[in-house]
Amino acid sequence: MSEAYFNEMYDGNGLRPPYRGLEGWYQDMPTEFRAFKQAEAEDLFRRFGITFAVYGDGGDPDRLIPFDMFPRVFAADEWRRLERGIKQRARALNAFLSDVYDRGEIIRAGRIPADLVYRNEAYEIAVAGFRPPLGIFSHIVGIDLVRTGVDQFYVLEDNCRTPSGVSYMLENREVMMRMFPHLFQENRVAPLDNYARLLKRTLASVAPAKCDREPNIVILTPGHYNSAYYEHSFLADLMGVELVEGQDLFVEGDFCWMRTTQGPRKVDVIYRRIDDAFLDPLCFRPDSTLGVPGLMNVYRSGGVTICSAPGAGVADDKAIYTFVPEMVRFYLGEAPILENVPTWQCAKPDEYKYVQEHLAELVVKEVHGSGGYGMLVGPKADKATIETFAAKLAENPGNYIAQPTLALSTCPTFVEEGIAPRHVDLRPYCLVGRDVDLVPGGLTRVALTEGSLVVNSSQGGGVKDTWVIAEE
Amino acid sequence: MILTVVHKTRYEFATPVGGIIQSLRLTPARCEGQKIVNWSVDVPGAVIGGLFSDGAGDHIQTVSLRNLTSTVEVNVSGKVETQDMAGVLRGHRERVPPRAYMRNTPRTEPNRAIRELVEDTLAVMGTASALDRAHALASAVHKALPYTPGATHAHTTAAEAMNEGLGVCQDHTHVMIACAHLAGLPARYVSGYLNATEDGSPHEASHAWAEIYIDGLGWVGFDASNESCPNDHYIRLGSGLDAQDAAPIRGLVLGGAEESLDVTVVIEAQQQ
Repeated sequence: MSEAYFNEMYDGNGLRPPYRGLEGWYQDMPTEFRAFKQAEAEDLFRRFGITFAVYGDGGDPDRLIPFDMFPRVFAADEWRRLERGIKQRARALNAFLSDVYDRGEIIRAGRIPADLVYRNEAYEIAVAGFRPPLGIFSHIVGIDLVRTGVDQFYVLEDNCRTPSGVSYMLENREVMMRMFPHLFQENRVAPLDNYARLLKRTLASVAPAKCDREPNIVILTPGHYNSAYYEHSFLADLMGVELVEGQDLFVEGDFCWMRTTQGPRKVDVIYRRIDDAFLDPLCFRPDSTLGVPGLMNVYRSGGVTICSAPGAGVADDKAIYTFVPEMVRFYLGEAPILENVPTWQCAKPDEYKYVQEHLAELVVKEVHGSGGYGMLVGPKADKATIETFAAKLAENPGNYIAQPTLALSTCPTFVEEGIAPRHVDLRPYCLVGRDVDLVPGGLTRVALTEGSLVVNSSQGGGVKDTWVIAEE
Repeated sequence: MILTVVHKTRYEFATPVGGIIQSLRLTPARCEGQKIVNWSVDVPGAVIGGLFSDGAGDHIQTVSLRNLTSTVEVNVSGKVETQDMAGVLRGHRERVPPRAYMRNTPRTEPNRAIRELVEDTLAVMGTASALDRAHALASAVHKALPYTPGATHAHTTAAEAMNEGLGVCQDHTHVMIACAHLAGLPARYVSGYLNATEDGSPHEASHAWAEIYIDGLGWVGFDASNESCPNDHYIRLGSGLDAQDAAPIRGLVLGGAEESLDVTVVIEAQQQ
């Protein structure tokens, strides 16, 4: 059954080269040893405190994301091409943001419809005309990729606001290195441990012009009830910066300050992990208690940098997604290296009609949704589910887009009976500051249920360590 | 015309509070037909940040007071020389694309009554120009909501005001914005001051009106409350998507107890 899918370890000629260094490891592994190692991995994750809150009924706030020990491996040349494609896309997305909050050349040129951008809820009028330091809006770009063949990669979606999951990328590696140190002696796996240093360098590079010393960087978290709180504290720790909540900061005059036991300390760069709407009750939602009142005034008068910039979300909207290859051509004058998945906009009557007639073959998603909630996977849904969804879709077609079900590649994964192919995707984290950086790797998510194509951790997906074999 | 404004806002707290923080949009816009002769914003005891312009061209500053206090005063006074521009906003430096003002907020979301008002008004107008349609809508809103102080409150939405059939300038403006959007015209909320007496005598004068974007003309003010366009009796402070977004003062009381608010705005036309 899985022959229809690209298997990243085996092709028609047997074991693919990037996986050769793993052959002995998994073939010789006794079942009891495997179970023992799996338990050890869980124990390590618990000790690190890495959990992921699952929302909804019966959600366990301290659930571990299942970790699969079988690494996913990319060859150096495969990664080189991916890296070029990811960096290209991250640059184009930032060029787009900097343009639509300025003169809107891409709209004037007729390449993107004005209403799609300017009437988009994620387009923040409050920052129109404001140019953040270096003109960068999205400093950490998470690009979700799937693979369907040796050289076929598709971008599923872009995440320009505050993509999460990078702590898993780093912890998965840490756990693998502790459990199987010899694997890293036998295989030239490119290291990831530079990530925190690069992230800090990226954030420091966008400090406001008014900052004339080593910038004071903080991570702003909504607090420990947030599903990604672990990640916020993890990153603060790794970078050696303060983790703060809104109430730890205040605005006075033209600056933002942090309360410390030695008195107020000026803050220069805020890596925020809260949504725009909650950033400042004097500018956005007045009932927000998570943000800092007055922050947007300080930001807009150049007293502090907010990463990602408020308003960055307009670039990762699913309706804008269709136009990203156009952005690459328009701003960079290059041919897009990474392809988009063909997408039907249900807002367009003829495309909606096609979607209605082909629901059983398509994946239908909410334009503004995330986390795999509220989507239909046509080929996996029964008739009743499709009918219910069709009714929901009819209420507000403009809220949905549809894509073909892609033949996601598989990667060997430990299962009860040994190893078996399971579908995977990939989220690399591209850093955009004075430089554009990408550590060799990303978060591989795996659909643990046989045949399942939904890899979201909120829907029972797991994660793997992702290797890039270093060049000779 | 020279207009003199004295605008005092006084907050009193039952028990002392830890301070306040406010974002002020209390300095008149820079545009043709409106020249500041002098202007001052003062909040005794507070730290006042520098004035900056946002993308909509509004002059904004942050004010904070972090001492235990039981009263706060925001005092604005100044003199502005105005000219009648027939409602057209000219020479105003702004960066927000007009199409961004096609979106509604909960306060400007239309209901059936507003939809019907627009349909009935426009049905008889054939291929009238956008400007004529906007004028017709302003008249229709004026008739639909007789000016009635006290009938609505600060949080009344356009739909609620329409159901009530009464309103003040804030309600007229919200309904006007909802109508303009239905007619396919970008529209926004403007807050400012109005000198409403013919003889130039001092009186209460906070005001709000709508601006509608007309291709070829740019932003044009429509005051549905007075069924007219702003002239040299108006001072424009700033704009937003609705009353909250365009508020001259947006603030928070820190560690706040109940407050009582006393606002007086006195405007007079100076004899020339």
